[in-house]
Amino acid sequence: MSLTFPFSAIVGQDDMKLAIMLTAIDPSIGGVLVFGDRGTGKSTAVRALAALLPKMRAVVGCPYGCDPENAKCPDCLAKAAAGSKAGAATKTSHLVSVPVVDLPLGATEDRVVGALDLERALSQGVKAFEPGLLARANRGYLYIDEVNLLEDHLVDLLIDVAASGENVVEREGLSVRHPARFVLIGSGNPEEGELRPQLLDRFGLSVEVKTPDTLAQRVEVVKRRDAFEQGPQAFTDAWKKEDDRVRRSIVAARKRLSDVAIPDQAREFAAQLCMSLGTDGLRGDLTLVRAARAEAALQGASKVEQKHLIRVAPSALRHRLRRNPLDDSGSSTRVERALAELTAPKP
Amino acid sequence: MQGDAATIAALFAVDPVGLGGVALRSPACDNRDQWLALLKSLLPSQTPLRRVPLNINDTALLGGLDLGATLQAGKPIALKGLLSQADGGVLVLAMAERMSLSSAARFGSVLDTGMVALQRDGLDTSAKASLGLVALDEGASDDEQMPAGLADRLAFRLLMGAQDEDEEGPEWTAQEVLNARERLSQVTIDDEAVQALCAAALALGIDSLRASVFAVRVARAAAALAGSNTVEEEHTGVAARLVLAPRATRLPPAAPPENEAQDTPAETQEPPEPSPEPPSEPESPDAQNKDESKADDDQEEDPGLPENLADLVLEAAQAAIPSGLLASLKIGQLQRAKTPSSGSAGALQKNALRGRPVGARKGEPRAGQRINVLETLRAAAPWQKLRQRQQAPTDGQKQRIVVRKEDFHVTRFRQSGQTTTVFVVDASGSSALNRLAEAKGAVELLLADCYVRRDSVAVLAFRGQTAELILPPTRSLARAKRSLAGLPGGGGTPLAHAIDAAILLADQLRKKGETPIVVLLTDGKGNIARDGSPGRAQAATDALAAATEMRLRGFSTLLVDTSPQAQDAAKNLAQAMGAQYLALPYAGANSLNQAVRTVAGRS
Repeated sequence: MSLTFPFSAIVGQDDMKLAIMLTAIDPSIGGVLVFGDRGTGKSTAVRALAALLPKMRAVVGCPYGCDPENAKCPDCLAKAAAGSKAGAATKTSHLVSVPVVDLPLGATEDRVVGALDLERALSQGVKAFEPGLLARANRGYLYIDEVNLLEDHLVDLLIDVAASGENVVEREGLSVRHPARFVLIGSGNPEEGELRPQLLDRFGLSVEVKTPDTLAQRVEVVKRRDAFEQGPQAFTDAWKKEDDRVRRSIVAARKRLSDVAIPDQAREFAAQLCMSLGTDGLRGDLTLVRAARAEAALQGASKVEQKHLIRVAPSALRHRLRRNPLDDSGSSTRVERALAELTAPKP
Repeated sequence: MQGDAATIAALFAVDPVGLGGVALRSPACDNRDQWLALLKSLLPSQTPLRRVPLNINDTALLGGLDLGATLQAGKPIALKGLLSQADGGVLVLAMAERMSLSSAARFGSVLDTGMVALQRDGLDTSAKASLGLVALDEGASDDEQMPAGLADRLAFRLLMGAQDEDEEGPEWTAQEVLNARERLSQVTIDDEAVQALCAAALALGIDSLRASVFAVRVARAAAALAGSNTVEEEHTGVAARLVLAPRATRLPPAAPPENEAQDTPAETQEPPEPSPEPPSEPESPDAQNKDESKADDDQEEDPGLPENLADLVLEAAQAAIPSGLLASLKIGQLQRAKTPSSGSAGALQKNALRGRPVGARKGEPRAGQRINVLETLRAAAPWQKLRQRQQAPTDGQKQRIVVRKEDFHVTRFRQSGQTTTVFVVDASGSSALNRLAEAKGAVELLLADCYVRRDSVAVLAFRGQTAELILPPTRSLARAKRSLAGLPGGGGTPLAHAIDAAILLADQLRKKGETPIVVLLTDGKGNIARDGSPGRAQAATDALAAATEMRLRGFSTLLVDTSPQAQDAAKNLAQAMGAQYLALPYAGANSLNQAVRTVAGRS
């Protein structure tokens, strides 16, 4: 595998980097949708994510990368049943890197959900299930570049699985269900098409990226890119320290996460904000509070404060607003306006 | 061969992977062939140079399962796709202007990662595919452009005409290119040059940072080609001219930043040639003219009074209408009168890959079709005894079931094709401005539904002398909003032109397998004839002729009469066109939206 551009070497794009880090701290926030201009390093950031994540423990040989503490996949259950009969502990685990699975365009449905293992079917006449990308992404990330160009039938699949955390395969005479909990990351250019509202809703956070417009930043981007291409190894090494620092802060924040208190005030503020924006459903509230808690953990705070909510509110709510095609002001502006209104009256 | 064209070929040959490629906009002509031949001669001799047809399927492009070989071998055999076959070489894309966004995205991701990831047909591989592209863009008009996302990933844009004269320019040999390739990794570029290139990109209004990155790489390649180990001023000049200038969206500010001086190409390096290439250098007066016209265009798209217009659109969308009037009268009429040839819910697509399954048919599962295992086995079952006997147990092990290629069955699906509604909007002086606003509002409302229904919308506006495609078929709200906001009004009514343009567009859509619905909003009073001359009589004759042609094509059409009182002009036109006629004296965007949906058969 060739080297990827280091995460910490990405210039600017703080919103995007923060959103990605927050989901690494608390995967229950849901996925991240990165929409923005061409050539802003959207996919670079996501591809760099893999190198940033601390390793996780998984059952050896499990195609779904099950957690040894909580192995629920059909394979592990079958083994456990066989093991208990034999009276031996079968669970051996090892450290693996968190999967960041790329869903390439042109992927066929059978590879996404998993299908009949063609090789075994043809050569041995055995009906066996060959897990697909969703299985591999379990406990990790599923990345879709150009998510708005994804074919509809794949979108339908993802919507279902992303909501239930379970992949149910009923095809070619197979009947399999296996865990598929993953953080969905999508990127795309809004000019090339819209996303279905149902899929939009599956993303916890959404960020808009823009091309940096100051000369200094642009020069820095080009310089770093150039340096990376001239000597990828040296460049990655030079940034390793910085990447390690980011990783440590994620690990530390994860540990702290469960201790971060959420005062009622903060919940109220979140609810008020969602009400004033008229977001559909309660997912917005939930995501907002979760994201704020992760942000608080990242900042080392002991409880969620208003500033944390304000920091993550645009990302958490921007894509949940009722779309009004006739209102030209962008969703971000509307969130900011609502925030300003809420914070203004109580000095 | 023009000087710049030769330079581009040489630079691209030096670093095909790093520079992404060349967007070559040119009709199919000798000049283009010569340029391709030149490129081929400059590339090292073993470099793969493959041509990609427009509608290549995923199996051929990305790779997939080789069914014949798989059955013979009794285990899955992968078929290498064109992308991985061309690793280390150059792909030539034919007719890039007609490429779909999703194919463009496939090429884009390969250019980005240098890998082709294959997740198809039970195969899970990834193969190296570092390559450069030459996208042949034969677009004749501004409406036909190659996908912007792909163009952004190619360093060069080259414009060529059939009549371009040969010019004396610098020439390079394959040996020089080889030497440059070796030198390339040692070439250094100082911070000042990088800064100058970035500043130039910013001043020219180039948003994408890829342009700056490419400019740096081109400067490097230019230095390597010239046999220099450091990037000098003239090399940044080449980069600015070849990479940045063609992408400029605006003129640099009047007082150029101090760095600007640096990237201005040295005049001596190459005399400014009357090449069709956009500004040969950002500062030359000749280039300014060109840029000015470009800037003007931009202004038209994004005028200074969007607020005002946005208000109008808003008003239009909520335009008070006699409630229920239209719904009860006109729409009922429309439903009854729906022509059998109308595309209704989108013509039914055969070979759809999704939708409702409607049985199985014999055939191989290719291009994403799903194999129907049950039917396949059923087809194979009666022959088993015979086949088992035929297939002498060579390896001693008996196969349980022998399936052959001819047994394969695939599931058939039925799905409605995509519908594209083409609005043809009369933006002339005779159509009051509020009509225009209503049309805009309707388009936006439709579009809001669209991304649930997965339909697209296009807008043609006509005023003055011609009809113009102001919104190419899109599902994107962001884009629609932007181009609609800038639609100006006023001028003559070139009705015949408008109908011709609509026919052309609808034809294109139909060829793409989509179902076009044409909605013409006009008062039917054309006053510009086909040849562009004013005059009502001739204009009316021409418009009727165009309308008849439209009927012959059999598109489903709706004519919305926007005149204050319903008039014969529009009615006659509708008749000639075979269109549903709808007088909307007080049409609001909502009722219009509803009417369109009725024609589309999905109210």
